[in-house]
Amino acid sequence: MTTPHKFLLMFEAVGLFVAVVGVILFFANQFSGRKGDRAVALAFLLPTVLLISVGLVYPGVKTIYQSFFNAAGDAFIGLDNYTTIFTDSDQLTVLRNTVLWVVITPFVATGVGLLYAILVDKARVEALAKALIFLPMAISFVGAGIIWKFVYAFRPDQPGINQIGLLNQIVVGLGGSPKQFLIDSPLNTIFLVIVMIWIQAGFAMTVLSAAIKAIPDDIVEAARLDGVGAWGMFRFVTVPTIRPALIVVLTTIGIGTLKVFDIVRTMTGGQFNTSVVANEFYSQSFRSSNQGLGAALATLLFVLVVPIVFYNVRQLRQGE
Amino acid sequence: MTARMTGRLALAVSGTLVLALGATACGSSSTTKTANGASGADCTDYKQYGDLKGKTVTVYTGIVTPEDQLLKDTWAPFEKCTGATIKGEFDKTFEAQILVRAKAGNLPDIGIMPQPGLLQTLVKTGKAVPANQATTDMVDKNFTASWKAYGSVDGKFYAPPQNASMKSLVWFSPKQFKDKGYTVPTTLDELKSLSDKIAATGKKPWCAGIGSGEATGWPVTDWMEDFMLRTAGPEEYDKWVNHTIAFNSAGPTAALDAAGEYLKNSKYMNGGLGNVKSIASTTFQDGGLPILQGQCSFHRQASFYAANWPAGTKVAPDGDVFAFYLPGKTATDKPVLGGGEFMLAFRDAPEVHAFQTFVASTTWANLAELGGGGRAVTPNRNADPAKCAAKCSEIDRLAIKVLQDPKAVFRFDGSDQMPSAVGSNSFWKQATNWITGQSTKDTVDKIEASWPK
Repeated sequence: MTTPHKFLLMFEAVGLFVAVVGVILFFANQFSGRKGDRAVALAFLLPTVLLISVGLVYPGVKTIYQSFFNAAGDAFIGLDNYTTIFTDSDQLTVLRNTVLWVVITPFVATGVGLLYAILVDKARVEALAKALIFLPMAISFVGAGIIWKFVYAFRPDQPGINQIGLLNQIVVGLGGSPKQFLIDSPLNTIFLVIVMIWIQAGFAMTVLSAAIKAIPDDIVEAARLDGVGAWGMFRFVTVPTIRPALIVVLTTIGIGTLKVFDIVRTMTGGQFNTSVVANEFYSQSFRSSNQGLGAALATLLFVLVVPIVFYNVRQLRQGE
Repeated sequence: MTARMTGRLALAVSGTLVLALGATACGSSSTTKTANGASGADCTDYKQYGDLKGKTVTVYTGIVTPEDQLLKDTWAPFEKCTGATIKGEFDKTFEAQILVRAKAGNLPDIGIMPQPGLLQTLVKTGKAVPANQATTDMVDKNFTASWKAYGSVDGKFYAPPQNASMKSLVWFSPKQFKDKGYTVPTTLDELKSLSDKIAATGKKPWCAGIGSGEATGWPVTDWMEDFMLRTAGPEEYDKWVNHTIAFNSAGPTAALDAAGEYLKNSKYMNGGLGNVKSIASTTFQDGGLPILQGQCSFHRQASFYAANWPAGTKVAPDGDVFAFYLPGKTATDKPVLGGGEFMLAFRDAPEVHAFQTFVASTTWANLAELGGGGRAVTPNRNADPAKCAAKCSEIDRLAIKVLQDPKAVFRFDGSDQMPSAVGSNSFWKQATNWITGQSTKDTVDKIEASWPK
C-alpha cells in the first residue's frame, strides 16, 4: 500500500463517519414535539449503545467466560485459574506487589500533593513551584520509567568505573557502596512505586490546590477569630471542606495504580519479583499463551476496581 | 470506567489483531527483478528444475531489510534460468501472522520458518505439503541427520533448512591471549583450568549480562542448553526439550549446576561489571563489552553478538575480539547449539517443489556465501567455504567451519521449542531468580511446575 493510497483510505473513513452521523441527524430531525424528543434521544443513544455492547460489554463478558477455561481456551476447568492466582507462589508475589502499590501510592501521592498545595498556597513563587511538581504529569509512564531507570542505574564499585545513576552517585558521594535498587525484592517494588508517586503528586496537588482556593474566606476568618492554630485550621477547616476533592483524587490515583503496567514493564519487565496484576495479565495472555489465566487476572483486576468506582460514585451523589 | 476494565483483554486482543491485519496489508511485497550479475550466466545447474516460465512462487518470511536483498540476490539466477518468478514478502511480524493466515486460508506457497516449534504447529494445521523425492534426496546429500529431523514432523520430511546461526561461542580478546601466552581451550576441563588460572591472578575471567526487558534471563537459558548438550548429551537434551524427562530430573539439574560453576561463581563473575548479581541488571548487549577494556576474558554469546561491538572494533582472529567454539567434554565431542530456518511449502506444485530443492542445493548455499552478510551461514556441508572469502565476516567463517565439521552434532535452541509458558516465561523468570540467589533445586522445581499439563 502506497502512502497516497493510505491517505485516500483515511479520507474515505472520515467521509464514511461524516455520512453516518449525517444520516442519524437527518432522521432525528424528522421528528418533532414530545414524541419526537424521545425519537431524537433514541437516535443518538442507539449508535453509542451499539458500539458499547460490541466494543465493551461483549468482550467483557467473553473475558469473564474465558477465565474459566484452560490455557488454550478449549476445556472448561472451573475455578482452577483463580485457585492458581491465590495459591501459586509467583502469583502470590504478584498480589503482594499489587497490594503494596495500591496501599502506598494513593495515600503518599495525595499526602505529598496536599502538603505541597498548602505550603505553596499564596506564596510568592506559587506558579513556578506548582509548575515544577506538575511537570512529571506531562511525561508518559514509559518516559518516566526510562528516566528513573537511569536514576537507579548501577555500576560496580571498581576503580576506573563511574556511576551513571543519580542515586548511586549520591550514595557513593556519601561514602557508601553502590546498590542495585531494582534487584532486591520486595524493596524494588517500593522504588517503582516512587516513580508513580512522582507522576501523580502533581495531579493531586493541582486538584487539591484548586479546592483549597475555593474554601470560602468567611469560614477561614471565623476559625481565625475562634483562635484556631495552623494545625487546627488544617484538621478542622481545610480537610473537611475539601473532602470531596480528596476522595476524587484518592480514588482516581487508586484506580490508576491498580492498572499500573507501563512503569513495571519498562523498568523491570516484571522480573525480580516486581510483577503486578496488569503486567502479569499481559505476560500470561501474550507471552505465555495462557489465555485462561490471563482472562482470570483481567477479571480480578475488574473485581478490584469495582468497589473503588462504586464508592466514588456514591460520594459524588452525596455531594450533590 | 467499570465496563472499560472488563474490556481490557478483549480490547488488547482485537487491537493486536487489527495491528496484525494492518501489518499484513502494509508488509512490503515485491518481485525480484535484479539479476545477480555475471554469476547467473551459467544455467547448467538449473536444468534439473525444468522450464517454469510464467509460474510464480510466493515466499513469506520474517527476514527484513537489509537481508531481504541478500535473499533476493540468491533467487535471481533461479528466476533467470527457469523463467519462474519468486515473489518475496518480507514482514517483521511473520511469526504471529503466519498463524493468522493459516486460519484465514491465505497462506503463501512457501513460508520460511525461523524455528521448529512453529513448523510443527503449521504442519498440524494440515495445510503444509511434504517435500517431494527430489528435495528429500538433495537434503540427504547436503545436510546432517539432525538438520533433516528438525524439518520433519512425525517421521515425515517437510522442510529443507535454509540458513543457520550458531550460539556455542565464547568471545575473547586474541591480543590478551597472545600477551599472556594463553591458548584457546579445546575441552571443557581446559576452559575451566584457564578460567581458574586467570582468577588466581585476582582478575574476574568471565563477564555476562542477561537484562533484556521482559525477556530478561534468556541468555541463561542458552548457557543451560549448552551445558545440557555437554554434560548429558544430545539424546538426553532432546528428551529434556520434549519433556519426556522432567525439568527437575537429575540431568537438567546437573546441567544447570554446571552452568552455575561459571555463572554463579563469585571468583569468575562479573569482570568489569560487579558481582554475580550484576549479571541480572546488565543488559545482554553490555555483557561482553568489558573484554575491550581488558577487565574480562570470556563472554559466552551467540554469533550475532559480533554486531554489538562498538564501531571500529576489529573482530578477527588477530583483532580486538574474536570467538572460539565453546568446547565439548573432549576435543572430539562437538555439540553445537544454534538456530536455523526452514522452507515449508503450502502448495503442491512443481515450481514450488523445484524452488524448495533449489534452496537445499549446494548451488544455493554457494550463492548465499557469495553474498555474505547475515545470509552467508548455511548448514550445507557441501558448500564451498572459499565462496565466502569475498564478503563474509570472520565470525561467519568460524560458524561455517564449526557447522560443517563432520563431528558436529547440531541441536536447536531448546527454550524456543518448549511451550511458551515455559520457553518464553517461566524459564526466563526463574533463570533470573537463580542468578539473584535462588537455589538450583528451587529453580528447576518451579520451571517443572509451570509446564502446561
